[in-house]
Amino acid sequence: MSEITLVTMPKWGLSMEQGKVNCWLKQVGDAIKRGEEIVEVESEKIAGAVEAAADGIMRRQLAAAEDTLPVGGLLGVIAAADVPDAEIDAAVADALANFKPLTADDESSGASPEKIQVGNRSIRYLKRGEGGTPVILIHGFGGDLNNWLFNHEALANSRTVYAVDLPGHGESTKDVGSGALSELADALLCFMDAVGVDKANLVGHSMGAGVAMAAAVQAPARVESLTLICGAGLGAEINGDYIQGFVGAANRNAIKPQLMKLFGDASLVTRQLVEDIMKYKRIEGVDAALRTLSSALFADGRQQSVLRDQVAALGKPVLIIWGEADQIIPVAHARAYTGKAQVEVIAGKGHMVQMEAANEVNQLIKQFLS
Amino acid sequence: MARKITYQQAINEALAQEMARDSSVIVMGEDNHGGEGSPGEQDAWGGVLGVTKGLYHKFPGRVIDTPISESGFIGAAIGAATNGLRPVAELMFVDFMGVCFDQIFNQAAKFRYMFGGKAETPVVIRTMYGAGFRAAAQHSQCLYSLFTHIPGLKVVMPATPYDAKGMLIQAIRDNDPVIFMEHKMLYTLEGEVPEESYTVPFGEANVVREGDDITVVTLGRMVHLADQAAQAMQKNGVHVEVIDLRTTSPLDEATVLESVERTGRLVVVDESNPRCSMASDIAGLVAQKAFGALKAPIEQVTAPHVPPPFSDALEDIYIPTVADIQGAIGRVMEFRR
Repeated sequence: MSEITLVTMPKWGLSMEQGKVNCWLKQVGDAIKRGEEIVEVESEKIAGAVEAAADGIMRRQLAAAEDTLPVGGLLGVIAAADVPDAEIDAAVADALANFKPLTADDESSGASPEKIQVGNRSIRYLKRGEGGTPVILIHGFGGDLNNWLFNHEALANSRTVYAVDLPGHGESTKDVGSGALSELADALLCFMDAVGVDKANLVGHSMGAGVAMAAAVQAPARVESLTLICGAGLGAEINGDYIQGFVGAANRNAIKPQLMKLFGDASLVTRQLVEDIMKYKRIEGVDAALRTLSSALFADGRQQSVLRDQVAALGKPVLIIWGEADQIIPVAHARAYTGKAQVEVIAGKGHMVQMEAANEVNQLIKQFLS
Repeated sequence: MARKITYQQAINEALAQEMARDSSVIVMGEDNHGGEGSPGEQDAWGGVLGVTKGLYHKFPGRVIDTPISESGFIGAAIGAATNGLRPVAELMFVDFMGVCFDQIFNQAAKFRYMFGGKAETPVVIRTMYGAGFRAAAQHSQCLYSLFTHIPGLKVVMPATPYDAKGMLIQAIRDNDPVIFMEHKMLYTLEGEVPEESYTVPFGEANVVREGDDITVVTLGRMVHLADQAAQAMQKNGVHVEVIDLRTTSPLDEATVLESVERTGRLVVVDESNPRCSMASDIAGLVAQKAFGALKAPIEQVTAPHVPPPFSDALEDIYIPTVADIQGAIGRVMEFRR
């Protein structure tokens, strides 16, 4: 019954155990193309859309709006128009009868992050997929590897994809040294040594794009391509109020308005996202790390390292993706890039464009890499 | 942050990390020795429920077993705190605190004030509270409102393993006396806790769940029951905001008032006896400072004004339940002038 495709509750991020159906974007009877968004789902952390994995007709919807289902729970069925109802009912009955909810220590719940000693730092990373020239996902200032929760799995279906926590972030060691891009790039290159990656496609978001560019400048032979998403390092302007506000925020009420600047749709900033950021900021050493980074990289509300021309001179393949509504780094930096590059601007989306327009960003990166 | 540990392990980890970081931190109490690496495993397992297990072995000489004399060793801990140590004293059950009231209320709480700010008393008194353990009237009380009443004490009661670790580290580093309340029914609760050290500030309530229809203010173990009630009410289309006070002194008035200003409705859920309680305190605060926003009378869900019963059946009736909380939410929502 390969022509029957089950739509199930996705797993976005390591901690997601269940999700709530917000609304169906397609109704029973609608024709659906592969890759189309069919249902909007919300985890504790974030809302997003589930894409169709196949062409067909929406034949069944087994969950209603506001229903909460465990990860892997059956949401609906897509099948060709000529598949008999009885076969669909049998597939549904089979899926419901054999459904086993994931538990935290269940291996099928996906890979879990590992830590590796890199010089005098411990670096946390998550590896998924196999084959090809590896991709390394590098988050931005104050982020961590979970910033790629909508991208990691999708990119890893045809190649090895690592997501790292930069020094000072996530669960990596909080010492950032001088805080210069070159120091973070050194750490990234040493991480590549440690996991045995000779050459990689670097995908960086915001400050992570700056780190990727610095790594390419320092060790051109080790970088196959650069994907720069709302990237630092392409111009001098940056929202200094955001940086200061993020670093200075000591509680939920202070951080929330800052986080709302990250998204085109500010309602994506959930209580849990705010709480997760505060939990990160409370960890010993984080405050010092963020202060060091912000004064080394973004002193006086200006980016201190602009690597645009050096990167252009390398002649590497470059993909630049930007959310048009980015309030942190102006989209003008994408449009002003003079080197050879594919530049994609996504309307209505903000700085966290890889989360807000995950499907589109994933498609762009996949096409670029192939 | 995938690692999950229990509330009890979170407390042990906080003690171990602070003892490793600061040699002035000591642990003292009844049967604190014991557990792994020390003699007498059969009869002494690291405090009555094993929270300090293993610390004696890791920090020789800095985990002190005391006589069964609460008035003596709590006084000693307070004295040591005024002389440069940072003692964490474990007073098994909060019910036994009565014999140390002078040391706590008149001495520890007053030194900074009476010596013009020149004296500091960085002591932490860890203690177990709460019903549900079938431990009867002398081992099941809440009593946090007694300490909250005394200026000069900080009173904290984490509801989760994450808060337990971060708030205990904060308590140890704090230069004032802190009463650290651990609900005995929460010790086995698991939750995500960072391996690294971190602090959760005092006086900052946690908004456990956001909602615009009604505010439920609660604390300690009741946070979990209130959240379950809120989840159940959501199916009826009632969006409940659940606020965990986390500390009763200092109290985060702003978060409570901001929420009630928005929802216009309040239920306070407090496991303790109702008179002069956190329930009556929060109800009074809101009645005074957010009266204009209220659309309905405030409801309080508490234990009755009786001691915790020993009978299982009676204790189950004594402790507020999810159904009790749902009932109160329902009454407030349905109120019409």
